[in-house]
Amino acid sequence: MFEPRVMCFFCKWCTYAGADLAGTSRKQYPPNGVAVRVNCSGRVDPQHILWAFREGADGVLLGGCHPGDCHYQDGNYNTMRRLSLLKPMLKELGIDPDRVRLEWISAAEGDKLVRVMNEFVDEIRELGPLTVDLGEKLSGVEAPPEAAAAVAAARQKPAASASKKKTKAKAKAKK
Amino acid sequence: MEHRIGVFVCHCGSNIAGVVDVKRVAEELADYPGVAFSTDYTYMCSDPGQNLVKEAIKEHKLTGVVVSACSPTLHEATFRRAGVGADLNPYMVEIANIREQCSWVHMEDKPRATEKAIKIIKTMIEKVKQDEALDPIAVPVTKRALVVGGGVAGIQAALDIANAGHEVILVEKEASIGGHMAQLSETFPTLDCSQCILTPKMVDAAQHPRIKLMTYCEIEDVAGYVGNFKVKIRKKAAYVNRDVCTGCGLCSEKCPAKTDSEFEEGLAKRKAIYTPFPQAVPNKPVLDAEHCLYMQSGKCGICAKICPVDAVDYEQKDEFVDEEVGAIVVATGYDLYPMINIGEYGGGKIKDVVTSLQFERLLSASGPTSGVVRRPSDGEIPKEVVFLTCVGSRDPEHHKAYCSKICCMYLTKHAMLYKHNQHDGQAYLFYMDVRTGGKGYEEFYQRAAEEDDVLYIRGKVSKLYEEDGKVMVWGVDTLTGQKVEIAADMVVLGLAMVPNAAALELAKKLKIQVNEWGFLSEAHPKLRPVESLAPGFYLAGAAQGPKDIPDAVAQASGAAAKVASLFAEKEYHREPIIAFVDEDDCAGCRVCVSVCPYDAAEFDEERKVAHIQEAICEGCGACIAACPSGSVTQKNLTDDQLFKMVTAALED
Repeated sequence: MFEPRVMCFFCKWCTYAGADLAGTSRKQYPPNGVAVRVNCSGRVDPQHILWAFREGADGVLLGGCHPGDCHYQDGNYNTMRRLSLLKPMLKELGIDPDRVRLEWISAAEGDKLVRVMNEFVDEIRELGPLTVDLGEKLSGVEAPPEAAAAVAAARQKPAASASKKKTKAKAKAKK
Repeated sequence: MEHRIGVFVCHCGSNIAGVVDVKRVAEELADYPGVAFSTDYTYMCSDPGQNLVKEAIKEHKLTGVVVSACSPTLHEATFRRAGVGADLNPYMVEIANIREQCSWVHMEDKPRATEKAIKIIKTMIEKVKQDEALDPIAVPVTKRALVVGGGVAGIQAALDIANAGHEVILVEKEASIGGHMAQLSETFPTLDCSQCILTPKMVDAAQHPRIKLMTYCEIEDVAGYVGNFKVKIRKKAAYVNRDVCTGCGLCSEKCPAKTDSEFEEGLAKRKAIYTPFPQAVPNKPVLDAEHCLYMQSGKCGICAKICPVDAVDYEQKDEFVDEEVGAIVVATGYDLYPMINIGEYGGGKIKDVVTSLQFERLLSASGPTSGVVRRPSDGEIPKEVVFLTCVGSRDPEHHKAYCSKICCMYLTKHAMLYKHNQHDGQAYLFYMDVRTGGKGYEEFYQRAAEEDDVLYIRGKVSKLYEEDGKVMVWGVDTLTGQKVEIAADMVVLGLAMVPNAAALELAKKLKIQVNEWGFLSEAHPKLRPVESLAPGFYLAGAAQGPKDIPDAVAQASGAAAKVASLFAEKEYHREPIIAFVDEDDCAGCRVCVSVCPYDAAEFDEERKVAHIQEAICEGCGACIAACPSGSVTQKNLTDDQLFKMVTAALED
């Protein structure tokens, strides 16, 4: 049976604590996802989601506090807005937008975390493995030479290898 | 820089090792790039375990440490201290959570749990590789506390903090402090009169020079962090200017509108303008707009006319007060599980089936029957009274799974006091187990059974129904196996204790954790029972779980001691995991300034770049995700760290 790989980003105040509660309550769910703890779901940049798909994730799960409950006032609304912009873009890249799921799971909702994990893993299993090679797709997106030159000139120091992708994003944004 | 990372895999007894193959994990990670040392141990958090970490840091000259154990909320601080003990910067120590988020949730699939544990640890190794040595940010502490809830726990906490020399704001949502304890008749096992021991404390709290009492107020909003909370308090419109009111009581006396008294649990009436009970603190009325004739129809206005100091003000609106405090004690108390949920016992429709709090009022000398037990339907003195324990408690299939802890004792007290009241009456008490864990409790139970002839029947009652003015009780005595049928005059239900309905809303506002039943979660069930996991919040009383008065008071004093020790320090040290701007990269677009919820991001007009103010930044990361040029980043959680962590989590 196909076992999907799920990348999880959980905010430390609500969903990560909810996942801890699922643990202390010994609630069982499939081990398909690994969670990264971020301070706020609003810390998650769409780049991280794309990167996860590029690195072999079949699904990405974001967990934050319920609307109105964000520890940082409104970080989760930022996430919600960013995701609604990212989803059409995923479609263009040939990735089913359902492969990204945003859930509000509070620190008291261990049960909900278990339910969401089960559902999401089943859904992704239904969708099958992600066959889009995002690395290849994104490498086709080149910044116009003049923009790239302008960015290079603006930067005195050489760009680190990891920020290459960001440079492109920046060039795109400026365009 | 060469990475020399140490990986320490904890067995947590069999909690982790019973599911995850810890030996294999430690061995596999020994070969992971950057790892200089990898080992496993039974209890890493124990003294020998921590020493093992310290020794390894020194011996292998480790630059970073990943302790693979329980959730970072539990022992991150422990291992960071251990790191400091070996001269390693605390922020070079990270926790991989392989218990709560691995071994405990994947017990059925051990091989895959082991795989997942390895992945989790790899993500943390990648994080440590790019962590920098940081120093905590010192912030001043506002030495003022907020106590939410004016029951006995809240009062005790407020008094103890105030006596330690600090200012306290005590907020109570009702018109008087006192909570449920003020409603009780006598208290087990000593049978002291509840009001006699509580009211002096209520008065102390009200008169204490360092306690600011705010009754009929609710918490609207809480912002900030430990040491520096900003609290918005809603002063509910009482329609009485309580600063001017002298508490003469004329208004209540003359008010023509009546409704059920909450304090008397619906067994008596109160006026629309009322003080909840005669010993209320403060002893000043509030007006219940819902039942006031003037507020509803514009006719009446007697109270305003009769008030000698013109304190009645029908135009009064809710007001908001902002306060700054350094610590918050949550003592929001309990409610009884509503009778409507227990259909087999009539769901609250049988008049002579009462709750335990109603029975307290019937027993109370200041109650609606002046301490003579009379049944609600016809005011007759009941001759056969049945007491039922575990109503809604210890019933995971239908109601609450937990034991409400105090029902055995208070029903024993009820039965005993009833017998003292009516010598020729008969008291029956149905029980599942009689739980008498407490000083003097077992002796009290023996006294009820032997000296006061309370008949204890082991078994559950399946049904209550009305017949010929009696409450028919169908049950079973499981010791003899015989069916028991009693035609009772009155039945008292020992309903489950549930968290106060308003407390759950409040917990959401405070962002503190609750358990699956809504009780506030302590930071550690054994070792940190009076603190919340969120720093700066302390727990007291039944809001944290069912408990009796001595336990609630003890916990309140414990919480107060914690507050006092927080206030004993000059400064509180904050996490330095905050955002910073790479000014060379910043294009000055000001997106960060617009998304920052704390106004920590500001724009430097001269240099045309953004700047984050360290003292204000909370480290939420909103600006980082929003920055189009990637020039804002978070200390020890940079974008590059996140990319590497994601890669490690997904690698085979």
